[in-house]
Amino acid sequence: MRDLTVKDAINEALRQSMEADENVVLFGEDIAGGQGRDEHPGAMDAWGGPFGVTKGLCTQFGRDRVRDTTIAEAGFFGAAIGAAMVGMRPVCELMYVDFAGVCFDQMMNQAAKMRYMFGGKQNVPMVMRTVVGAGFRAGAEHSQTLYSLFTHIPGLKVVAPYSAADAKGLLISAIRDDDPVVFLEHKRLYMRAEPVPEAAEAIPLGKGRRRRAGRDVTIVAVQRMNLFAEAAAETLAAEGIDVEIIDPRTYSPLDEEMILSSVGKTGRAVIVDESHPRCSLATDIAALIAEKGFAGLKAPVLKVTGPHAPVPFSPPMEDYYIPSPERIARRVREAMDFSKRS
Amino acid sequence: MPPESTVRWMYQCLFRIRFFEERIQELAREKAVPGYLHTYLGSEAIAVGVMAALRQDDWITSTYRSHGHAIAKNVDLCEIAAEIHGRRTGVCKGRGGSMHISDFDKGMLGAFGIVAAGPAIALGAALQERRKGSDRIAVSFFGDGAVHNGVFHEAAGLAKLWNVPLLLVCENNGYAEATATDWHLNTETVADMMAAYAMPARTVDGMDMFTVYEAASDAVQRMRQGGGPELIEFKSYRFSGQYEGDEQAYQPPAEVSKARARDPVLLARNTASQLGLGGAAIEALEAAAHRDVDDAFARAAEAAWPAPEDALEEVYVAYPKDRIAYA
Ligand SMILES: Cc1ncc(C[n+]2csc(CCOP(=O)(O)OP(=O)(O)O)c2C)c(N)n1
Ligand SMILES: [Mg+2]
Repeated sequence: MRDLTVKDAINEALRQSMEADENVVLFGEDIAGGQGRDEHPGAMDAWGGPFGVTKGLCTQFGRDRVRDTTIAEAGFFGAAIGAAMVGMRPVCELMYVDFAGVCFDQMMNQAAKMRYMFGGKQNVPMVMRTVVGAGFRAGAEHSQTLYSLFTHIPGLKVVAPYSAADAKGLLISAIRDDDPVVFLEHKRLYMRAEPVPEAAEAIPLGKGRRRRAGRDVTIVAVQRMNLFAEAAAETLAAEGIDVEIIDPRTYSPLDEEMILSSVGKTGRAVIVDESHPRCSLATDIAALIAEKGFAGLKAPVLKVTGPHAPVPFSPPMEDYYIPSPERIARRVREAMDFSKRS
Repeated sequence: MPPESTVRWMYQCLFRIRFFEERIQELAREKAVPGYLHTYLGSEAIAVGVMAALRQDDWITSTYRSHGHAIAKNVDLCEIAAEIHGRRTGVCKGRGGSMHISDFDKGMLGAFGIVAAGPAIALGAALQERRKGSDRIAVSFFGDGAVHNGVFHEAAGLAKLWNVPLLLVCENNGYAEATATDWHLNTETVADMMAAYAMPARTVDGMDMFTVYEAASDAVQRMRQGGGPELIEFKSYRFSGQYEGDEQAYQPPAEVSKARARDPVLLARNTASQLGLGGAAIEALEAAAHRDVDDAFARAAEAAWPAPEDALEEVYVAYPKDRIAYA
């Protein structure tokens, strides 16, 4: 197996899915680039989106299947829904999740409710790919995660992969899935590489992954926070604290069993989520453990999140904003200390 | 032609924007400042000409390509540079960055990272000014790409129905990111689209700052006297990439050199002598602008960083502090 970055793994998942099914069609702003300048040699595939994730796909599949759109998110997400209803499998790129406000009605009210509201007669097999995350000095309108915004809506599936192999396998599943799937890519993970299978192997939605086995504390880490949870776990190991790390990978559906069985074993849980603290994945998972895992708890369920503030631009403030390995380690020690006291 | 003092201000402003943005390009190459950087190179005449037709107390909204608008709105150069550097002394205290340069005391109502967010905000300001009986107007600057977004159309439709003093300034710089404007427009011009709202609209050269000034002044005069919304599409060219780091592989060289032949700074230098500004006077203005920019960046680079905890300030007007901070 060769190493691929998250970015290239996503590109490969798209390419293989497009090769396998001619109804897989991409929409987005400058997902190819150079539209209107095709006679100029550098134009075709000049961009591949702002991060180059879709680069090369237009050269291979042409502008009919890799469709550069205008800055009309409500329009092209709506179009994706309609196209999906009559046989297309659109994969739409929202350049940054922060622009969700512009097209949210189409996703929240139309895509999400189509099946339910019309008596189960209509599927909407589409994917919204979008980019989340702080740490890019991109300021308040290009750095959010908004995981819980999508997870809150019944009818949408939500995927947020951490590693390259997961990104590939989960995107393949998302494209094959008959429901609308929101696929969230973290901009600070794009360049991280690991071995990725060459074949188009799907990873099922709704299955978490245990990234580290341990006895004392369960850390449930959302997307990029797996990286920091691992760093914290290393520090804590040196102190004799044995951490288990669970990466749920998908949030709707959520692998409740994996989380509950891990917490049942360790008796302590710390949830790490880069988003704001209120109504977040962290509070959602904490509530799950409180309701269904209370009997096995030796300490209160703790969380590490960003603050209840937008993401600031300036480096010292943004670094302070993002949960750090140190803050994660501190919370884990708190969980340990609590049960020593009692 | 504008009054003589305005002419001098226009040259000063034009040079400041050009030299400021060239400095931004250097800093970007050296990776000396954080974040995304979108320069205004090629469209300088638009901000200069429109702002020369406005009063300081008129309102504007800007975009992520905000430096030029802010400079032409007389925002302190050092406060802009410090914001881009992420310093505490920046115009937004380091919380905004390059994409969000806005000084509300200078008549700016925000610089938005979301395409087409501005026209609706400016619409509201125009409505309130008219309600108050003032003759202040609101101007929204946005790109050619923004005219496909629903919010732009919703704002235009309401502006016309409400008959408010909103000047929509479309900066048609030939591209929306890596997409050519002549491809993405269904009409010949952006101005053509406004027939749908029965809104007066013109397409005007955006490379000559005096042509821009004349067109903007006409519209502004009508609005001050009770007139309704208008749109002016100024045609310019994006000399820089969409953002610093964009390789511009999609811009054909012949097209670039054709546009460069009408560089707004070049045109302004050529007109100067006809306006009684001799070579020496122009050189002095250029030298002063260079000094101003040097000074602004020198002080910005030395300025203090914000404290990390400043991230938690000013989320609300009033809110329990401990509910914002980390548990
Ligand atoms: C709602 C929204 N969609 C997409 C983007 C990403 N984006 C930033 S600038 C831009 C192109 C804008 O082009 P134009 O309006 O012509 O302005 P210019 O950058 O040329 O000044 C796009 C698509 C965004 N910021 N907001
Ligand atoms: Mg443009």
